[in-house]
Amino acid sequence: MTAFFNTTLGLPYGWAWAIATLVGILAIALPLMLAVAMVIYVDRKIWAAMALRRGPNVVGPFGLLQSFADGLKVFLQETIVPSAANRGLFLLAPIITFTVALIVWAVVPFQPGVVVANINVGLLYVLAASSLGVYGVILSGWASNSKYPFYSALRAAAQMVSYEVAIGFILISVVMWSGSFNLTDIVEAQKSVLGIPVNGFFLNPLLFPMAVMFFISALAETQRAPFDLTEAESELVAGYQTEYSSMSFALFWLGEYANVILMCALNAILFWGGYLPPFDWAPLYVVPGIVWLLLKMCFFFFVFSWVKATVPRYRYDQLMRLGWKVFLPVSLFWVFLVSGVLMYARVGVPA
Amino acid sequence: MIQAIAFYIFATVVIVSAGLTIASRNPVHSVMWLILAFFNAAGLMVLCGAEFIAMLLVIVYVGAVAVLFLFVVMMLDIEVAAMRAGFARYLPLGLALAVALLAEVIIAFQAWSVGGVQLAARAAPIAPEVSNIQAIGNLLYTRYLFIFEGAGLVLLVAMIGAIVLTHRKRGGVRPQNIAKQNARQPHEAIRNINQPIGQGVEL
Repeated sequence: MTAFFNTTLGLPYGWAWAIATLVGILAIALPLMLAVAMVIYVDRKIWAAMALRRGPNVVGPFGLLQSFADGLKVFLQETIVPSAANRGLFLLAPIITFTVALIVWAVVPFQPGVVVANINVGLLYVLAASSLGVYGVILSGWASNSKYPFYSALRAAAQMVSYEVAIGFILISVVMWSGSFNLTDIVEAQKSVLGIPVNGFFLNPLLFPMAVMFFISALAETQRAPFDLTEAESELVAGYQTEYSSMSFALFWLGEYANVILMCALNAILFWGGYLPPFDWAPLYVVPGIVWLLLKMCFFFFVFSWVKATVPRYRYDQLMRLGWKVFLPVSLFWVFLVSGVLMYARVGVPA
Repeated sequence: MIQAIAFYIFATVVIVSAGLTIASRNPVHSVMWLILAFFNAAGLMVLCGAEFIAMLLVIVYVGAVAVLFLFVVMMLDIEVAAMRAGFARYLPLGLALAVALLAEVIIAFQAWSVGGVQLAARAAPIAPEVSNIQAIGNLLYTRYLFIFEGAGLVLLVAMIGAIVLTHRKRGGVRPQNIAKQNARQPHEAIRNINQPIGQGVEL
């Protein structure tokens, strides 16, 4: 796109680069906000269907405009800052959550070459940005100067740090198999896994358990049910969001769902072939890659809602046990296993 | 041009936020300024072309170390007056440290003005097309293998040491036995009885 602005429109290179980057960012961020609104509607419809209810069906045809009505409602509300709150950090927290949820999209490849920043350390960038997400929650809990948000913030800090360790090891085994940290290279490495014409690392018996664990860790990392202890409404009112109103609340809400969509995209990219069609068969490549990616993301979002509608919430000690005593040892062992197998296959010497 | 602007922005923010880390009264604010400083230092690393180090800086320092700092500091009962009380007592030590750091900076600048470090004479010159991670890996696992594994061993010992120091057997605790809970069958836990009216249940 830089080339288009540079040669076709005759702009100097610096300006062409700046405008192309800005257009790229907007082309991702604006559809993403629309997707968040629709995804909340879909989420509510799926829960409703599983609970034999109707769900939102009043605003617009089939209730399609429900999320926009909700958005308008919070937009018109008054922003209340509690008098005992730490004003600066209280207002900073939702902004951090929202921003961090958006910046990760810079490295997500939608098609070969269609990515804002095709950097070599893409996967590390994803890890770095997702480790920042915890600050929004911790700060909002502390700055609210209220008991329930504070409990929620402590829970969130412990939970996100615990599951990040396991996610790190899972990603390492994917990186070892594909030989790159670049997300586009990781997707390309999934063409015809093990000589079978199916695209996706899930087919590899060594990586399939990692795919399952990554999905569960993604649930924990985005604080979705059954790991939504940070906003457990039966114990903590609404968790760290309790004191928030109006747009500051809406930013949390948007950031949370943007994170959920991102985790769906990462699941699809890392283990299920990303923008590649499910089968390595030439006619399927006629369909643009972004369609395949969106279809896979929709499927994972359905599974996210499905889990939320059916699985009861974990107890806090069970959550910590699953993270540290199950996922961490298993993923660590799997890193050894994968590296051993690769060493044997590539070098021929048992490592 | 863009690089120069980015460098001066990152460098200024690092210095200002480092100053504010020391100057702010509220420890939570201090930690937040520290995080900002780490973050911009990572930006400087990216400008140097060391993107791997930059990402590690964010993941390790911002994502883990600073979270622990924040965790501890948030639970403190902050009393500014009590914290100011130690100021005079620690002043000599603080001054000594400041003088030592100043001397180091002066020495570094003097040495630098003599001439830059000879980069061409490095042990392993890096080909421009090799990515950061590969270059570091090649060096760490060949030339510095034993030092690298030694560092890993030191960390392992430190980890075990921390666990040994803080772990103690406490009496009077009833931990969850998850395996036992999962193995429990309905017939062990549920009892169907035909309860006559007007009597309590026998437990």
